[in-house]
Amino acid sequence: MSTETALPVLTPGDFASDQEVRWCPGCGDYSILAQMKKVLPEIGVAPENTVFVSGIGCSSRFPYYVNTYGIHSIHGRAPAVASGLKIARPELSVWVITGDGDALSIGGNHLMHCIRRNLNLNIILFNNRIYGLTKGQYSPTSLLGQVTKSTPGGAIDNPLHPLSVAIGCEATFVARSIDVNIKHLSATLKRAAQHVGTSFVEVYQNCNVFNDGAFEYATGRDVKADRTLELEHGKPLIFGKNRDKGIRLNGMTPEVVELGKGISEDDLLFHDERAPEPTLAYLLSRMSYPEFPEPIGVFRDIDKPRYEEVLSSQIDAAKQRSKGDLKSLFESGETWTVS
Amino acid sequence: MATTTRSKPLVELEAATVRFCGDSGDGMQLAGTQLTNTSALAGNDIATFPDFPAEIRAPRGTKAGVSGFQIRFASSEIFTPGDSVDALVAMNPAALTTNLVDLVPGGILIVNKDAFDEKGMAQAGYVTNPLEDGSLDGYQLFPVEMTKLTRLAVEGLGLGTKESDRCRNFYAMGLVFWLYDRSLEPTHRYIDAKFGKMPAVAEANRRALHAGYNYGETTDAMASQFKVEKAELEPGLYRNITGNQALAWGLVAAAQRSGCELFLGSYPITPASDILHELVRHKAFGVRTFQAEDEIAAVTSAIGAAFGGAMGVTTSSGPGIALKGEAIGLAVMTELPLIVINVQRGGPSTGLPTKTEQADLLQAMFGRNGECPLPVVAANSPADCFYAAFDAWRIAVKHMTPVMLLTDGYIANGAEPWKVPDVDALPRFEVKHPQANGDEPFRPYARDEWLARPWAIPGTPGLMHRIGGLEKQDITGNVNYEPGNHEHMVNLRARKVALVADDIPLQEVDGPASGKLLVISWGGTYGACRTGVRQARKRGADVAHTHLRFLNPFPKNLGDILRSYDKVLVPELNRGQLRMLLRAEFLVDAIGLNKIQGKPFAVREVLEKIEQVLQS
Repeated sequence: MSTETALPVLTPGDFASDQEVRWCPGCGDYSILAQMKKVLPEIGVAPENTVFVSGIGCSSRFPYYVNTYGIHSIHGRAPAVASGLKIARPELSVWVITGDGDALSIGGNHLMHCIRRNLNLNIILFNNRIYGLTKGQYSPTSLLGQVTKSTPGGAIDNPLHPLSVAIGCEATFVARSIDVNIKHLSATLKRAAQHVGTSFVEVYQNCNVFNDGAFEYATGRDVKADRTLELEHGKPLIFGKNRDKGIRLNGMTPEVVELGKGISEDDLLFHDERAPEPTLAYLLSRMSYPEFPEPIGVFRDIDKPRYEEVLSSQIDAAKQRSKGDLKSLFESGETWTVS
Repeated sequence: MATTTRSKPLVELEAATVRFCGDSGDGMQLAGTQLTNTSALAGNDIATFPDFPAEIRAPRGTKAGVSGFQIRFASSEIFTPGDSVDALVAMNPAALTTNLVDLVPGGILIVNKDAFDEKGMAQAGYVTNPLEDGSLDGYQLFPVEMTKLTRLAVEGLGLGTKESDRCRNFYAMGLVFWLYDRSLEPTHRYIDAKFGKMPAVAEANRRALHAGYNYGETTDAMASQFKVEKAELEPGLYRNITGNQALAWGLVAAAQRSGCELFLGSYPITPASDILHELVRHKAFGVRTFQAEDEIAAVTSAIGAAFGGAMGVTTSSGPGIALKGEAIGLAVMTELPLIVINVQRGGPSTGLPTKTEQADLLQAMFGRNGECPLPVVAANSPADCFYAAFDAWRIAVKHMTPVMLLTDGYIANGAEPWKVPDVDALPRFEVKHPQANGDEPFRPYARDEWLARPWAIPGTPGLMHRIGGLEKQDITGNVNYEPGNHEHMVNLRARKVALVADDIPLQEVDGPASGKLLVISWGGTYGACRTGVRQARKRGADVAHTHLRFLNPFPKNLGDILRSYDKVLVPELNRGQLRMLLRAEFLVDAIGLNKIQGKPFAVREVLEKIEQVLQS
């Protein structure tokens, strides 16, 4: 937007609100907030043109802590609130902050439909695999067998994979990052902001009170290189501390292979975030620990029409055809005069 | 034109009520609509009552699948589509058996004789043929071979049997048009517009229409025609309008007169969907419609749009309103303008989707968690929906509150003549979005003299703020859990809604200002109650009528009005919901007239109750 180029350079401080941040000390949310405040000045949208919308849950307190416009709405409904706002005001930069319970359980329907409409907004899902605000019940991303307050004998329902859900809805931008991997996180948030269309980002977020260490397998200093895989567009899928392991396709099934011993980079699966079909992205979203390293980064980034843009163009076209005159509306069709 | 020569006597009537009924696929709604428009164009006052089954296509010929359309046209002012029917057109045995009860003794009964075969009669439960067994001797029975005669009329156009039979409703229309001396011209225009691209179908419908008309004219079956003269309506330009259409236009007009863009979040539901269908056609007015994934998304998207500065509207019926409850509470807490429209239908649960009822008043008042008051406005007739939408929007933006607007299936689908208003005379609303005042901190929960908070919208520099469903601190709008603040805010939100009473007209009474009996009603029962009370007064009864537009808060003088009569009667299509509110608010020992049959009041039901109350 032309007005934004004239703005003074913004800093993270410009996006800090005057409200005391009330997450538990040590919560992964702090890191995501910090990275968001770092990224917001870089994407060049003024605070007054930015809106954060959230539902209910720990993550959904987020809007109070950024000095933009914000709505802390009701449980699960943030994508719908954000959709209405974006449709009414397409020029605004709209962010949805949600959690695994908020987005995938009570709000699953809205998430699905928001994504398929491809409104130009950003959905950041803080996945801690637990209900934190209600103190420790299992969530739709809790693992099978996970012992929680409401599953003393272990969770018995199959977890959802947030990215698989988003890709199933044909999201045009899908990415994953990790709260403690701050460089990767800020880069991912920035990519999400730059994508035109619905951006869906899952952030692995540690709840140090009710599900501490849930992602240690992917964040531990010694193991993270072997258990995560950083996706890069056009590059082969390589991972490992020594970058000596890769992912190869065996028919439709991925497998972990060691480089060398007759296997070269060219034999590996190459990442293509712009593939029009979501098949590859879906396959990547299914790769999980311990069988596979878990991919982080951008899974998919394609261009498709945005709902609000198409609607706006329909409205512009209708306005071209007629100018919205009440008198002609009232007098349209059959009328008669009583004298 | 066949109307130029007249071979039979013309009997003048003040009013006539006609009902078409048949299978839901027989085109009865179309037949009724055509007679409605034609009668409106002829200058009659009209009122209509479409009545159709919840099933789109119930098995052919069954009672469950009967669809009807009733229209009353008159040379004087009328408020209802009539208690009983002067002429009934029944396209099959099931339609006859389910509708005959409403035909006046000696009334005109036109039936499609060809449909009275063994199977058709068995489906309707007839053991003997009613057209032959003498059971219809109390009516003027005209058995017409409509199927056969329609097929003959369209012969040679290359239509199959099924397509030919689809023209039967035009045949029936033609016959009724002859009977009431109506012009065929408007229906010709309709056929041209609708079937212009299918010349054979257009021609078939034209031929069927004329064949029906000529049947009346030339056969000896019918002895006379009837004529209903023009009504004495207020001078002006008129059109025919249904409640849902009037409501949609009211929203479009209110948005334009307030300089706001209209956003509709809606999920399809009977009988409210037509508002969505109408609004989606008005993109030239900047109307943005959003068919949401569910009722909750419909209302929450409207809340999001309202936060952005648009006029947020959501339309539904009772079951949908139940789903929206939590979100309406969010709008109460965030104090954003929002219009929630409930086109009421029979409940509870899925209930009677296509039938009318007034049983959502207490839901509108109290159907949310916590102390959650909001203004409630009700429309009283199809055309009145236009002005009710204006009232709702004016209150919503001026008082920064969600408003519940109640209509019902009866007025939503019913039609009446609407005097087209002068656009420049329509009210204007000033909608203000504040700008930053230097470095002064913005206070999103500061208040004006109506206790309304500022409607600051995204895009405004310096006014960034966060709102939500958690309790707010007064003035700052920050999250606040203090006990004293909560009580203060609960009372403040209640006071804000109560203050709307200073911003609505005083209640008016039709009839004596005091006396023996006051009839008080609300919503779609206006026509039956107004007519019933006036008829009772003509018969010498000491009775007055008042009809409520504003149900929360009540007009300031309502208590005084109620106390000016010995008795108060509250007719409602529920078990006494307004009566409960009036008793609670004014300690008045109100009497109820309650009907919960999915049908509107008949005038005689109101009249009889008035006389009974006055005699007791």
